[in-house]
Amino acid sequence: MFTLDWSFLSKKVVGTQTYFSWLMTAWETTLTISLFAFIIAFTLGFLMGVLRTTQNKYLVLIGNIWTEIFRNIPVLVQIFLWYFVIPKIFPIFSKLPAFALAVIALGLFTSSRISEQVRAGIQSIPTDQRYASLALGLTTYQSYRFVLLPVAFRLVLPPLTSEAMNIIKNSSVAFAVSIAELTMYAIQVQEETARGIEVYLVVTALYFISALIVNLISIVVEKSIQIPHFIGGRK
Amino acid sequence: MKNKFVHNALVFFAIFTMTITGAMANTLEKAKTTGKFTLAYRESSIPFSYLGEDGKPLGFGWEMCKLIAEEVKKETGRKDLVVESQAVTSQNRIPLIQNGTVDVECGSTTNNSERGKQVTFAINYFYTGTRFLVKADSGIKSINDLKGKKVVSTTGTTNYQILRNLNDEKKYGFELLGAKDHADALLMVESGMANAFGMDDILLYGLKASSKESAKLAVVGESIQVEPYAIMFRKDDPKFQALVNKVITNSIKTGEFEKAYKKWFQTNIPPKNVNLNAPMSKELKDNLKALSDKPAL
Repeated sequence: MFTLDWSFLSKKVVGTQTYFSWLMTAWETTLTISLFAFIIAFTLGFLMGVLRTTQNKYLVLIGNIWTEIFRNIPVLVQIFLWYFVIPKIFPIFSKLPAFALAVIALGLFTSSRISEQVRAGIQSIPTDQRYASLALGLTTYQSYRFVLLPVAFRLVLPPLTSEAMNIIKNSSVAFAVSIAELTMYAIQVQEETARGIEVYLVVTALYFISALIVNLISIVVEKSIQIPHFIGGRK
Repeated sequence: MKNKFVHNALVFFAIFTMTITGAMANTLEKAKTTGKFTLAYRESSIPFSYLGEDGKPLGFGWEMCKLIAEEVKKETGRKDLVVESQAVTSQNRIPLIQNGTVDVECGSTTNNSERGKQVTFAINYFYTGTRFLVKADSGIKSINDLKGKKVVSTTGTTNYQILRNLNDEKKYGFELLGAKDHADALLMVESGMANAFGMDDILLYGLKASSKESAKLAVVGESIQVEPYAIMFRKDDPKFQALVNKVITNSIKTGEFEKAYKKWFQTNIPPKNVNLNAPMSKELKDNLKALSDKPAL
């Protein structure tokens, strides 16, 4: 029916930039947003998840509120809140570039999901282990550090992989706050080149490849930290 | 959904009939024999052609279309001529003209040479170019004031492309951002996230009119890459072309054109009862004398 024409990729946009080099810049932006957002999401998500399993009800409450706030608001709405509303209330945020606001929004949204997975991971460990470690004279910190978290981390690695892949796909909402990432590239370039099918094909492929790379990394990590006879461990 | 289905079915049917009847070259002949004349309208091209609250088309272009229908009645000598209307979109307007589903479209269609290969355009009846929507107190008066400023345009438009290329060629030194849609771009200017919104000026006037802070906004700058809008009909039909151009020329000469312009661009219009406050551009004023149908590139 139709023939694919990829010649637009080598056409000049401005200066030395071609549609191909623009595509690569856009991909880089998508990956950079995702990476920084995941660092935030992982750090805060892990912290909040752990807080929610402690014996201190105030810490549990903080963790719960955090999780519910960021989990119950759609990510697109959150990104608009960070971009349009928060800087009006706290002027300090208006000094941050849109890129940072998008990273924060995406990172906090995903942190609530990671917090939920970490909580579930820790709670799936039999309570005997917690009590046993405390009975051995370990402090709460030590029981988490040496007994609960090493197991819990291995348990939550598969869902964490999903979250890391999700963050790459969700990063497309950053387009809504004027960040020139892959989705923005797709929408603008299909108008400029009238090669909509090719543009969406190549952008789809890049999203797919990005998620696949995350998956491969996680397989390597999972292999390197596995415990024999434990979940995902050597048989 | 249902509308879309009906619409798709219509398009399919239209294309199907075209293939069996062949394109009809002579619009007047067709109107005379079939007793029907079909005007195309757009659903939301304010103020050119759009649906009012009663679901009936209205607008600046629509009035022109009705004048043309009157003239067709006279020319064909059929007082019983049935004037029908059919909605078109920017995707299907050209195919529907070509296959005879509609006879003439008076909307916001840019007259460019690429389209000129497929259809014929009448005398240009509006001009729009990329200009900037800014806060009235921003001190920005032209593109030269944008150095170091943030300029937003809507992603997926040629305006974004034009501004990017111009910024590269002439080194205006602004930062170009892409917004998700027109409404977002407006919000970015209102909230100070961007200093200017570069877009077709007629769209800017419409957005400004619908904004709550209308008085605090201004449309500024010289038009960049001016493009004409024109009434569109089938190619290779000199008789009909002459008729349409005669209607436009007459309305210009009798002052009716300017009256219609004032009505649709400079007074309150439905559905929101806002005034676009869009003064007649220099290009249009010139063309009311030149009566040219010259396309944009």
